[in-house]
Amino acid sequence: MNNPIEMIQPDAETQARFEKIAQGLKKRHAASRRLKTYGIMAIVTAISFLAILLTTIISNGYTAIQQTELQITLTIPAEKLQYDDGAIDPVKARNFNWNGLIKKAFLAEFPDVTAMLDQRALGEILSKNAGYDLRRLIEAKGSIPVGETKVWIKTSDDVDMLMKGRLDRNLDEAQRRLSNQQIGWIDSLVADDRIRLVFNDTFFTAADSREPESAGVLGATVGSVMALFVTVLLALPVAVMAAVYLEYFAPPGRVTDFIEVNINNLAAVPSIVFGLLGLAVFLGFFGMPRSAPLVGGMVLALMTLPTIIIATRASIRAVPTSIRDAALGLGASRMQAAIDHILPLAAPGILTGTIIGIAQALGETAPLIMIGMVAFIVDVPATLTDPATALPVQIYIWSDSAERAFYERSSLAIMVLLTFLITMNISAVLLRRKFEKKW
Amino acid sequence: MDTVVDMAKAIKIQAKDVNVFYGEKQALNNVSIDIEDRSVTAFIGPSGCGKSTFLRCFNRMNDVIPSCRVEGSIMMGDVDVNSLQTDPVLLRARIGMVFQKPNPFPKTIFENVAYGPRIHGLAQSKTELDDMVEDSLKKAGLWGEVADRLADQATGLSGGQQQRLCIARAIAVGPDVLLMDEPCSALDPIATSVIEELISELQQRFTILIVTHSMQQAARVSQKTAYFHLGTLVEYGDTKDVFTLPKNEQTEAYISGKIG
Ligand SMILES: Nc1ncnc2c1ncn2[C@@H]1O[C@H](COP(=O)(O)OP(=O)(O)OP(=O)(O)O)[C@@H](O)[C@H]1O
Ligand SMILES: [Mg+2]
Repeated sequence: MNNPIEMIQPDAETQARFEKIAQGLKKRHAASRRLKTYGIMAIVTAISFLAILLTTIISNGYTAIQQTELQITLTIPAEKLQYDDGAIDPVKARNFNWNGLIKKAFLAEFPDVTAMLDQRALGEILSKNAGYDLRRLIEAKGSIPVGETKVWIKTSDDVDMLMKGRLDRNLDEAQRRLSNQQIGWIDSLVADDRIRLVFNDTFFTAADSREPESAGVLGATVGSVMALFVTVLLALPVAVMAAVYLEYFAPPGRVTDFIEVNINNLAAVPSIVFGLLGLAVFLGFFGMPRSAPLVGGMVLALMTLPTIIIATRASIRAVPTSIRDAALGLGASRMQAAIDHILPLAAPGILTGTIIGIAQALGETAPLIMIGMVAFIVDVPATLTDPATALPVQIYIWSDSAERAFYERSSLAIMVLLTFLITMNISAVLLRRKFEKKW
Repeated sequence: MDTVVDMAKAIKIQAKDVNVFYGEKQALNNVSIDIEDRSVTAFIGPSGCGKSTFLRCFNRMNDVIPSCRVEGSIMMGDVDVNSLQTDPVLLRARIGMVFQKPNPFPKTIFENVAYGPRIHGLAQSKTELDDMVEDSLKKAGLWGEVADRLADQATGLSGGQQQRLCIARAIAVGPDVLLMDEPCSALDPIATSVIEELISELQQRFTILIVTHSMQQAARVSQKTAYFHLGTLVEYGDTKDVFTLPKNEQTEAYISGKIG
């Protein structure tokens, strides 16, 4: 039965209090809505700047993923390159004038171009390193094709730019890097289907070069990887030991406070200062090799050290003291408590801190320039003391070059660097998720 | 042999004029107490009166707190607890501790119990270690519940089981004194009564010091009761005397629920 129940009403004073709270409510809700809007606006701004940045980089760089090639028909004089038994003689192959061979074959296809200057202009369509590329191609194949063969040869970077629409035909001829005559030749080659765009594998397999079409990012990548390897090897154990000492053993007092303040200061020191330090101490005092990933790694380790120490201390502190007490209460020594219980629980945090520190180091340019990792190096480094450069430095070098083609490669290199950075940051997040322990 | 029926038990630990300071602040004032062997001594008193602080003096856990300073003497047999010569590691092997909140290591049940014997090198072989783990779990009354899941994570146990695991972990090292700081405060009444039974049983082998906020618990499990107030030991005697005929009016007020 639905008997209406006589419900008790609060007294007048309580009623008035509730009313007052209700009146203020509108304002409070409006304030929190406003704050929410500001937050969303801030995030949208940040994301749109990021989007603009990425769009710029990608639109500048995506064309570098392809390279223009030109088909040439030529006959390779096997007798000048082989031993008597038919195998390729590396010495002969190295001394042979491959460029001359290619150029002659190419000029022969344009018999009406006879003036020396015109011939020279025609030759500029070819990459300056075409001969070297052809030699590597033949050496890799291990045998010399008999008779007339068609080979695809890289064009010069100017032709490459024209094909990718990065060179404006309508520009005044004097301001263009290709003359009307050259463009005419190229158009006729295109009409003959003898020009193509292919995947630019050189970019991922070569080191730096004077010619954009022969330049690659592998040398710098290997240099970066080597330097970071040294960085982790040095910075991680030192930082973890320092953090454990500071958290568990350091007697509280002025000295410890002083160390603590200075670790935080160190984290804020501009990176170029670490470069100067490396230059003065590692190169100047210890006489270590210039441009070496070993020294680069050492400098970056100094720079990363405070980041990892701070992260490690934070994650050690995040381990509940009850765990430490449990271990100590059983008669574990401080070191045993730290190694058996605290560090394993702090490991995900330490790992994330390390990855973030390393990601920072990966993008660092200034200290590496100071210790000479900015040199022009055409070989992929094989050991830690070989001269090398690093990804961000390579980007810096290329973006500073006059050739449009280098600029394009610089953007592609940025994409490579960003890929590494994003991978590292994502793995840091995933690792943290995976190992996060609840207690 | 002594023929006195109600004979006083032997003294296991003797504390004399213990003063504890946190920085400038004094937390304990001249506390002197004789702890009987193989008995349960309960520390009671209002919050902040220094019970935990005093308990932590016995196994030097106050060392961990940088600002904490302990004065006075605590003798256990001929071991001077506060002496610089006394290695806290050895001391803590002899005096086990169970904390207020169950704090198992986030490892397996077996690893939790085996950790103590392992770091002290008590087991010569894997089978011996297995036996020690089993024995400790049996003494802690947990064996029946976990015998077939020793490889499971200890954090997956219930609160009461975790606390018994912590007791097993403490007795696996083979101490003769057990310190318990409010071991049941995080547990429900059923788990509490299991632990209380366990304490009565363990009393046969161990000297137990227990901090508790429950008068009933103190009355149920302990033979001796010490009442603390603002850092001083106000009253100490047989539990039944302290609860029925308190000599001190503060004790009386606390026990009857007027303060605390
Ligand atoms: N780490 C510390 N640093 C400074 N002062 C402390 C510290 N631990 C305890 N104290 C102080 O010492 C006094 C005694 O604390 P203690 O923890 O021993 O009390 P308690 O009797 O165990 O209280 P409760 O019943 O609430 O657990 C309190 O005044 C407390 O504020
Ligand atoms: Mg307490």
